[in-house]
Formats: sequence, C-alpha cells, structure tokens
Amino acid sequence: MLSLKQRRRAQTVVLGTIAWLVALIIFFPIFWMILTSFKTEIDAFATPPQLFFTPTLENYTSINERSDYFHFAWNSVVVSFGSTIIGMLIAVPAAYSMAFFETKRTKSTLLWMLSTKMLPPVGVLVPIYLLFKDTGMLDTKLGLVIIYTLINLPIMVWMAYTYFKEIPKDILEAARMDGATLFQEIWKVLLPMSKGGLASTVLLSLILCWNEAFWSLNLTASQAAPLTALIASYSSPEGLFWAKLSAVSTLACAPILVFGWISQKQLVRGLSFGAVK
Amino acid sequence: MGIAKQNARMSRYMVSPSVLLLLLWMIVPLSMTIYFSLIRYNLLYPGENEFIGLENFEYFLTDEGFGPGMSNTLLLVGSVLLITVVLGVLISVLVNQAFWGQGIVRVLLISPFFIMPTVNALVWKNLLLDPVAGVFTAVWTFFGAQPIDWFTDYPLFSIIMIVSWQWLPFAILLLMTALQSLDQEQQEAARLDGAGPIALFRYLTLPHLARPIAVVVMIETIFLLSIFAEIFTTTGGGPGYETTNLAYLIYSQALLQFDVGLASAGGLIAVILANVAAFFLVRLVGKSLTDK
Repeated sequence: MLSLKQRRRAQTVVLGTIAWLVALIIFFPIFWMILTSFKTEIDAFATPPQLFFTPTLENYTSINERSDYFHFAWNSVVVSFGSTIIGMLIAVPAAYSMAFFETKRTKSTLLWMLSTKMLPPVGVLVPIYLLFKDTGMLDTKLGLVIIYTLINLPIMVWMAYTYFKEIPKDILEAARMDGATLFQEIWKVLLPMSKGGLASTVLLSLILCWNEAFWSLNLTASQAAPLTALIASYSSPEGLFWAKLSAVSTLACAPILVFGWISQKQLVRGLSFGAVK
Repeated sequence: MGIAKQNARMSRYMVSPSVLLLLLWMIVPLSMTIYFSLIRYNLLYPGENEFIGLENFEYFLTDEGFGPGMSNTLLLVGSVLLITVVLGVLISVLVNQAFWGQGIVRVLLISPFFIMPTVNALVWKNLLLDPVAGVFTAVWTFFGAQPIDWFTDYPLFSIIMIVSWQWLPFAILLLMTALQSLDQEQQEAARLDGAGPIALFRYLTLPHLARPIAVVVMIETIFLLSIFAEIFTTTGGGPGYETTNLAYLIYSQALLQFDVGLASAGGLIAVILANVAAFFLVRLVGKSLTDK
C-alpha cells in the first residue's frame, strides 16, 4: 500500500510529465523553425526531416541577400515604437482622468472605447485605402503609425486605467494639497508609482504593433513594409527557401518572444481589458 | 482647494483626445463605407458613380463567394473557440500544480501567441504540413499511415489548426493567471471532505473560471472574425472558396477586383455580423469588466 504522501508524489510526477509533453508539442513548431534556420536548403527539405545535421550560419550571414532584411526590420521598429509613444501620450492622460476624476460617464466611455475594437478592419479597409491613396500615405510608415495608434488606443487606455485604479487617491490628493500642478502630479507622483504597469502597457503595444498583419499587408508595398509583410513575400512558390524563411522568421520573432516571456503576467491584464489579473 | 478643482477641470480635457480620435476612427471611414456601398464605384471604370440603392448589397449577398465566406467565417470562429477554450482549461489546470520545471513549461506553452501570423502560417504550411518534406508527413509515414496533403485535401481544417495553435496560448495565459487566484484553502477543505478531483474541477475550478472563459471568448471572437494573414499567406482563399472567409472575400473584391462599391457593401455586412456578436458578448462580459 502506498501512503497518501507517496501517492501524491507519484501523481505529481505523472502530471508533471504530461505537462512537459504537452508543452513540448505546443512549442515544437517554434523549435523546428529555429532548428531549420541552421540548416542548408538541401537539409531543410530532406525527407525524412533531419533532426541531426551539420549546422550552418549561412542563412543568417546572407540574410540581406534575397531582400534587404534590415530595411524591413527598421520599418517594424519605427512603426512599433512610433505608434507606441504616440499612443502612450494620448492614453495615459485619458486613463489618469478616468481613474481619478470619475464621472457618471466614465464607465460608458470605457465600454464604448472597448466597442471600437469590435469594428472589423475589413469594414473600413476600402475608405482607409482610398484616403491613404489620395493623401499619399499609402506605403508610408506614418500611415501605419496612425492606424496602429488608433487600433491599440482602447487597449492602452484600459490597461493604464486598471493600473491607475490601484493607486490610492489620497496620495495624489496629498500632492495636490501641497500645491502640485497637474503636470507635477502626473510626472512626479503618478508615473513613478505606476512604472511597472506602464512598462507592460508599452510592451503590449509593441508586441501588437510588431505582429500586426492586416493593415501592414494591405497598406504597404516596398517602402514602408514591416517584417510581417517581408515574411508574407516568402509565400510565393518561387520564393520558397525553407532555411532562409526560417532564419528570417526566427530573427523577426525573437525580440517579441523575449518581450512576451518577460512580461507574461502583466500582459494578461491588458489582453483581458483588466478582467483577469 | 482651488488647485484641486482646477486639476479636476483640466483632467476632463485629457480624455478628449482619446475620445475624439476614436470617434473619428469610427465615424469617418464608416460613413464613407456606407456612402460607397450605395453607389456604383469601380476603380477600373472611373467617373460612373451614380447612386444605385441597395444593388451592391444584392450583388454581395448573391455572390457565389458569400455563402462559403459566411459559413467558413462561422466555422473558423466556432471551431477555434471550442478548441482553444476546452484545451485551454484542461492545460491550465494541468500546469496549475507544482511540478519540476513549471516555469519553463509555462513559457513554452504561451510562446506561440507571440509569433507573428505570417510566420505562423508559413512555418506550418511548409515545415510542418508539406506533403513531401513536412514533419507531419514523416510522423504519418513512421506509423505506416498514408501522408495527407493538408492544404489540398483539408484546407479549412488546416487553417483552423494553425489559427488554434496561435490562440490556444492566449487562452492558457489568461486561464492560468486566473487559476492562481483560486482559493487554495477551500480546495484543500473540499478535498479533506472527500471531494474527488472531478468534483473539485466541476464545482470549484470551473465556476471560478467562468468569467475568464467569457473574456477569452469575447476577445478571441473579435480577432477571429477578422482572420486574414493566415489565409492570405497560405491558401489565398482557395481552393475555390473553401478557405475564403468574409474578411478575405471583401479584400479580394476591393483590392483584387477594384470594386469599391461591392466591397463596401460586404464590409458593412461584416460590421453588422461583428456587432451582433458583440451585442451578445458585451452583455455576457461587459458588465463584469467595469463592476469592481
């Protein structure tokens, strides 16, 4: 007879093993992509697929050969950071005001902001495309920055709002009593107290912008195309080089993957509009 | 107190940029879509922009792509929701107990969510599902089964599979986090009272997860209704209309056939569909979002 303790331990081992198995299966496509990025094109297409092979860095050293990788990566960086910075500048004041000076309309305003996310992008694809065409914003980074700022704004306001809500009002009031101006109150009291929350808001916005693939595919061609569009260009049969595709993909996903790992707990709040913490 | 009042007044103006921008974002393009949907407007035939009433809607609704587009959209959303929620609950409960390497397992589980959709689509289509050199083919052959040409024989299923892979981690991430606030003492007490694991799951875990599950369903629905990049980079909506969803159908009418009027009518139908879904979803969760 096993004692209760032994049974518990056996159970933990079994369940832990299953959990590891599930995790490895789910992670396998990423693992395989990274592995393939170190293969030659011939190894990459070998049948059956090779787990062991002589690794090569060739796909990385020649990353710029097929297309100017750094051009696309730079576009991704500019667009993601640009729209995140602008988005924060607009979202933080709104969240501050709604968190600390609540009015009757605050809740419905928040829900209305959320509801703008329900607008499917295809519903406005045509007019945005034509507006961009007429104003010369088609295939520009500025155009993408504007769109990304607008589509992520509700999430950023919500996320900052839920973090601000956790700060006791008294502290801000005390600062106000001491004669702090609005700017001082926000800059010297509020922001230092919500550093962590705002940092994860920034990270979430960066992740969403970096991976966005509806507007980037429809509104950019060669000038402003970010990495999502570069990788889509590998879908044509004549452009199919698995090892090169894997190397480009690995490079494109690595920074975001790391961001995601670092901030997984905090991202939950933004992704769930504050409903799950 | 003067300064406090002043701050309060000033803070009102701080919401307005957000509200104004979002209002513009809602109203300007949407009213343009409505306008375009009522006129004849094809970029290939400029100049003929007369008012034609609901003709575009009629064309869109009777288009041979509409039926499949609609059913594919619903199938895609429904299946992915079902897969991600069911597996998400099971996996998050599984990893909620302490075991060796728990932290690493969690990181591995949520990783696919951070992979960009175009990478997801191409890695699956080529490295994994390729009928000749894909990993799935090798596994099938290893077990003596006939390899499957996924994107030719089961195109929609393949899309569902790769989209589920992307969104399952989202469900796991949210549900896993929600489980951490589950009352451990209550669990322990119930266990001492002789409650089995199934009873524990049914009467304690599942009710605790009800709200996060609703949130997962709401947010996934918003994004899944507009799945585009995965279809664009793998099947291009084909073969035939087998993987064309509403989003892809409208895209192909607008940017491939240049029929602005028709695409706008389709866009509005997509908006209506999303609003019907949103109506029920917001009722389901919206209230619990702000009630705290």
